[in-house]
Amino acid sequence: MDTFGALAQGLMVALQPMNLVFAFFGVMLGTAVGVLPGIGPALTVALLLPITFKLDPAGSLIMFAGIYYGGMYGGSTASILLNTPGESSSIVTALEGNKMARAGRGGPALATAAIGSFVAGTIATIGLALIAPTVVDIAISFGPEDYFALMILAFTTVSAAFGSSVTRGLTSLFIGLSLGLVGIDLQSGQARVSFGVPDLLDGVEVTTLAVALFAIGETLSVAAAGSRAEEVIEPVKGSVFMNKEDWKRSWWPWIRGTFLGFPIGAMPAGGAEIPTFLSYALEKRLCKKPDEFGNGAIEGVAGPEAANNAAAAGVLVPLLTLGLPTSATAAIMLAGFQQYGMNPGPLLFATNPDLVWGLIASLFIANIMLLILNLPLVGMWVRLLAIPRPWLYGGILVFATLGTLGANPSLVELGMLLIFGLLGYVLRRYDYPIAPVVVGLILGPLAEQQLRRALAISVGDPLVLFQSPVALTLYALAALALFGPLLFFLITGRKAPVGGDED
Amino acid sequence: MTKMLRGAIVAAALASCIPFVGAQAEVTELKIMAPAAPGGGWDQTARSMQHVLQTDKLVSNVQVLNVPGAGGTIGLAQFVNASKGDPHALIVGGYVMVGAILTNKSPVTLDQVTPIARLTGEFEAIAVPANSPLKSMADLVAALKADPAKVSWAGGSAGGTDHIAAGLILKAIGGDPKKLNYIAFSGGGESLASILGGKVTAGISSLSEFDAQAKAGKLRILGVSSAQRLPDAPDVPTFKESGVDVEIQNWRMVAAAPGITPEQKKELSDLVEKMAKSKAWTDMLKQKGWADTYLAGDAFEKQLAADITSTAAVLKEIGLVQ
Repeated sequence: MDTFGALAQGLMVALQPMNLVFAFFGVMLGTAVGVLPGIGPALTVALLLPITFKLDPAGSLIMFAGIYYGGMYGGSTASILLNTPGESSSIVTALEGNKMARAGRGGPALATAAIGSFVAGTIATIGLALIAPTVVDIAISFGPEDYFALMILAFTTVSAAFGSSVTRGLTSLFIGLSLGLVGIDLQSGQARVSFGVPDLLDGVEVTTLAVALFAIGETLSVAAAGSRAEEVIEPVKGSVFMNKEDWKRSWWPWIRGTFLGFPIGAMPAGGAEIPTFLSYALEKRLCKKPDEFGNGAIEGVAGPEAANNAAAAGVLVPLLTLGLPTSATAAIMLAGFQQYGMNPGPLLFATNPDLVWGLIASLFIANIMLLILNLPLVGMWVRLLAIPRPWLYGGILVFATLGTLGANPSLVELGMLLIFGLLGYVLRRYDYPIAPVVVGLILGPLAEQQLRRALAISVGDPLVLFQSPVALTLYALAALALFGPLLFFLITGRKAPVGGDED
Repeated sequence: MTKMLRGAIVAAALASCIPFVGAQAEVTELKIMAPAAPGGGWDQTARSMQHVLQTDKLVSNVQVLNVPGAGGTIGLAQFVNASKGDPHALIVGGYVMVGAILTNKSPVTLDQVTPIARLTGEFEAIAVPANSPLKSMADLVAALKADPAKVSWAGGSAGGTDHIAAGLILKAIGGDPKKLNYIAFSGGGESLASILGGKVTAGISSLSEFDAQAKAGKLRILGVSSAQRLPDAPDVPTFKESGVDVEIQNWRMVAAAPGITPEQKKELSDLVEKMAKSKAWTDMLKQKGWADTYLAGDAFEKQLAADITSTAAVLKEIGLVQ
């Protein structure tokens, strides 16, 4: 009863008219910044902190929660319609989502993203309310060796999932891994492959690379094809909303995405990107029509979108129960808490229960509000694609450049955007998949740091990597992902279903 | 809400129209650079200054500019190049910058700016999980003396304050800083998780990072890097009390542009002093949990030079700088 009583009390706080206004303002602002590549919720909340200083604590935290969830929604809209991932966790959404949008199925893609985010956000928020203390104990018990095993699992599943040819996929992955080496090495403090350019010391920004490869690269290849490109973009074909089959194909990916996203998001070094990769790979493996993957499979939107929203709620688990900020946005929210003289930590639930439950309740409200706001807008959003092609791509270029420069006003950053855009064009031209480049850039440095931490703690003994049961389980899953299709063939005598091309 | 925002903007615009009468009539506008992304310590320092300077009507128009990257050295380089001789430009910086300049081989150094004052600082603390066999600083010293490689430390990025403090401790007890087994984490949350989870022997970070966990009984704080015991943790001995001669402060400062005249420097110093002595600033520090370690003039410049020398020495001994 205690939990539900507290939650009901929290809902009362969140449902006060003024707090609803804050939530509304938050989700609108969040959606807007989520759409813009480069500018994310973390930056927005940071800039708002000084302004909200004088406001009531509950109201501003509710607004921050709205921005946080709204950012996730906005990111997927830009990914699906413009192929311009606004946030690193919506990169995977662009793969199938944009294909769907071009085939006139932008409406269902946006709808499955919105409803999937709602379902995942709701389940994960319930998880946050009910089992946060248990989840956090498990999450904390993850050591560097376990994280390394998780990365290995991500590498094996992802390299099997993207692209028609394994060698092409691996080539792209290695480009990404090489880019991941740029910058100051965290463990030794030494600069690597930065060629004395100070702007490169912090490495290659994931959103810059993603926007360049996806949006700029595509614009270049459309321009290069000129009048020969006769692929007509149909804004709407069939229903704007999801049909019966779409619902049937979305349900399980939503649920599976949630159960991947929430626990990984709750891990201190989990993040929101890895669950989206894993979800994409999983859905591709489980899909009954695998050849649709790469040509706009709705499962490839539903799963990763659910995963990234569930991860967003998962990140709040260590923040609220232990005061551990494990993402940029969480770190800023922590600063917000401290601004009101609260110290998130093991005692927060005991010292400020009304506020914590108010925040959790406002996450529910934000979720519902986003759904109500976004679904009717789907029809309007997809009209974007009716814009004549030169205008549309011109607009995408402006939009991508503004977003990148807005986040970091630097000429080097702009130069990187253009060079990676050219790289994206070349990769497309020679039929290399693009997503593994971004995946390599995200996973490479993570895997490296965790491996080196594990080895440093064990004073160089490699056996430490294979001593934890969690790590061994993850390695077993990785082996299954790698050799599963072969086993499938040996047992059934049939070739395992392999997905189609990816852009 | 938008109305409220608009109201704030109108109020700010009105405030800038009110003619200012006072001793600092010359400084009517200021640009403060925070060489970091919004949200971090330097950014919050810059924005707190902005808030206090404007609400106390010391300066009518204060802008904060964020230039993130590479431990503040990118912002520093931009500041030195673009603001030469500009009496309205300030930059916020701190101890982390001292190390970053050395490890990044930055072409621009703190010699090229005009230091004004140290404003605030945080002290380092060493924490172990509640169930750790290490009960006191003496236990940690004994473990370090037995085999420094077996003591793994979790802290912030390599070459930062945490790393330097750990190196100084090992050096102070007669160990070889090269043998320091330091595990760098990119965020406070991740490193704290590894300490709570017992993955590392000890953690080193600013006291505020450990405070809440220590009060909840999940962490034990072995020592702090201040000269005297701290009000936030009166039961925790200083390193010096435990016989480890290390004193270190992760300070934040404000500096002016290179090439300004002595009069302009004095004007800015007076302004910053007035701000640092104001009630609004004291309240701000209390609210943020920052210690007031204001130090200006020659005393600050001497301290800065000493910090740069000792940091260069220890980074060399750890092996981060050749």
